[in-house]
Amino acid sequence: MAVTLFLPTVLAKLADGRAIESTGSTVGAVVADVAARYPNLAPRLRDEAGQPYPFVTFYLNDEDIRFNGGFEAPVTDGDELTVVPAIAGG
Amino acid sequence: MATATAPLATQLEELSSDEILRYSRHLILPEVALEGQQRLKASRVLLIGAGGLGSPLALYLAAAGIGTIGLVDFDVVDVTNLQRQIVHGSKDVGRPKLESARDRVRDMNPHVHVEGYETRLTSENALEIMRDYDVVIDGTDNFATRYLTNDACVILGKPNVYGSIYRFEGQSSVFATQEGPCYRCLYPEPPPPGLVPSCAEGGVLGVLPGLVGTIQATEGIKLLLGIGEPLIGRLLLIDALSMQFRTMRLRKNPTCPACGTHEIRELIDYDQFCGVGGDPEQDPHGIPEMTPAELAVKQQRGDDFDLIDVREPHEWAIARIPGARLVPLGAFTESLSSLDSARDIVVHCKMGGRSAKAVRQLQAAGFKRVWNLAGGILRWSDEVDPRIPKY
Repeated sequence: MAVTLFLPTVLAKLADGRAIESTGSTVGAVVADVAARYPNLAPRLRDEAGQPYPFVTFYLNDEDIRFNGGFEAPVTDGDELTVVPAIAGG
Repeated sequence: MATATAPLATQLEELSSDEILRYSRHLILPEVALEGQQRLKASRVLLIGAGGLGSPLALYLAAAGIGTIGLVDFDVVDVTNLQRQIVHGSKDVGRPKLESARDRVRDMNPHVHVEGYETRLTSENALEIMRDYDVVIDGTDNFATRYLTNDACVILGKPNVYGSIYRFEGQSSVFATQEGPCYRCLYPEPPPPGLVPSCAEGGVLGVLPGLVGTIQATEGIKLLLGIGEPLIGRLLLIDALSMQFRTMRLRKNPTCPACGTHEIRELIDYDQFCGVGGDPEQDPHGIPEMTPAELAVKQQRGDDFDLIDVREPHEWAIARIPGARLVPLGAFTESLSSLDSARDIVVHCKMGGRSAKAVRQLQAAGFKRVWNLAGGILRWSDEVDPRIPKY
């Protein structure tokens, strides 16, 4: 499945840009593919065991993946995956 | 509807003729009208932080005629605040932010009563401070206070109007209403200290808190008036570079320890929860340090050593310590081979945090004679060479 992963500007510099084309059958597979291609970005997306962090939320289209199986959530062609890390500035 | 405490129309204080004239553009809005304006006058809103977000919040809420604005802040105005903290002025540098904001709010609208709390919000004082307010607005700048504000709001049943910013991006939502999710539903745990740089380290576009703070002010006013659709169960993502606003769905997590299972019945130690000062790996004092004065002596003696600057090239362009070599932290791992483990190495950054990470990386790679410059180039400017500009 062809999926686009969108990064916030702060993480985009660790990849080639803000929108990364990837493939996979689940969110976890897409994240693993992107992590393998961008080793500096990898530790900002998931932990060493390949699991999601509690302070980085992934949205599949407009839905939080935590309520749809987490990294096991299935993806379909054309889906958009958005990474939203916690920020605290004020 | 998750409105704040709404007094009956008959109990509302009447507006003076001065106030009627001042608020005329509100009064002719059917959604606000006379009764809505009276409600705003009867309302109490608490702002946590009088900084970037707190500035537009205080100004617009005061202009809108909120009866009582509470302000929690213990900081003093610094000249680097003025690029975004528009409630303070150049004449206020060095004054407590609370005093400065109070003066500006009084000037904006003398009908507004300001209650100041010149203290850090803590687990000991949060419930007491928040108890008498209708709406709490989170404009703080650190994770520990955000979790504290959230949990206190959930315990007290007060809506928490959330906003946070970093560089060019912002987030906003309304948490801790009866039916909606809370901050912990979005982020169950904070990132480890040091992973997410602060605005002082990473920078922030000056108008960004203006964008996000005015959204928070809008949401606060909507909650008080009981109008429109507040950002409950929605996370607004703001990207100033692409100027795109996206709304993501946010769900209440049934296993959330704050608003789901309610196992958090009292406030905890939020510094510990956020790992502040608790992790020796993150403690810059756990690694060899050198003060700027010691480094200056080392340079004057003509010692043979390498001074490595791990900041970014755009920071190097602003100011640099003579004799330093730039090796940005982002490319540090790949650059380790260019460093000689037989030589003494002193590493510095802006304030000492990033260089501490670099020292740990060097130690892990087998380097024995490495030091972190305590306080970074800012402290070097303060204590050794004031000609080096601070930023």
